[in-house]
Amino acid sequence: MRGQKPTAAMSDELLVVGLKKGDEAAFRQIFARENAALLAFARNFVRESAAAEEAVQDTWVAVIGGIGRFEGRSTLRSWIFSVLANIARTKAKRDGRVLSFSDMGYNDPAVDPDRFSGDGTWLSPPGRWSEINPERILGGRQLLAHAMAVLEQLPPNQRAVVQLRDLEGLSAPDACEILGITESNQRILLHRGRSRIRAAIEVLMDTEKGEQFDPTK
Amino acid sequence: MLTCKELGERASDYLDSEMNWRDRVSVRLHLMMCKHCRAYMDQLAKTVQLLRDDASTVDAGEPDPRLIALLSKRSGEAS
Ligand SMILES: [Zn+2]
Repeated sequence: MRGQKPTAAMSDELLVVGLKKGDEAAFRQIFARENAALLAFARNFVRESAAAEEAVQDTWVAVIGGIGRFEGRSTLRSWIFSVLANIARTKAKRDGRVLSFSDMGYNDPAVDPDRFSGDGTWLSPPGRWSEINPERILGGRQLLAHAMAVLEQLPPNQRAVVQLRDLEGLSAPDACEILGITESNQRILLHRGRSRIRAAIEVLMDTEKGEQFDPTK
Repeated sequence: MLTCKELGERASDYLDSEMNWRDRVSVRLHLMMCKHCRAYMDQLAKTVQLLRDDASTVDAGEPDPRLIALLSKRSGEAS
């Protein structure tokens, strides 16, 4: 959804029709909507920004060349992300980079185990985030910047899933297909990734309040 | 009975409605009785909301002129 202007935005169907005809306005709109997100996503596969930019450039070439084969079985966004994932994977393999999508980031607990007592109840319970609400997020910019910084530090497979599901709003089946992972692994990675971001925001909120959690409250 | 710790592990499945009916009921029952887990679930939901609302308009930049050239080749073929 990033970079998308609500006014005069063409629907996906119109964009696809436009792209098939080689319409520049349609292409520019898709580019403006997806390019930054694609660059961020490419970094899950190739770490250097030059390589990521190259992968995204190749993706646009493939999208322009291959749009005739797009049948609309998935959303346009999800299709473009799969094209990128394939290109970036190949590039990473060629560069001898071992992808850790299958073995990292599955085992860490969602919540620090020290916060629970032996019987699994909260020892150090979470506080209320009453100052954050969907309509009016106080300190929202700072919180978002913080969340994004934590996202950057997640293991690549957790980051990739959080990007696709939460930032780009893709469905679970689409995310599984793009990343080549199973449904259950997708769920684990998503929850682990979100949990780390939640924990980091919690730390920030506590520091801002200038108090530690009181387990008796 | 579901523990707080177990609930913490399944919270995203609950939020995303990717849970079978039985598990859903046990999470809901737990939430009714446990204010700490309600607070936890609320934190996680707000975290997700924050990521979803990410309206940071990162400047996409200009498409490479080579892409535009490629596109006009396409329009030449289509017409
Ligand atoms: Zn609980």
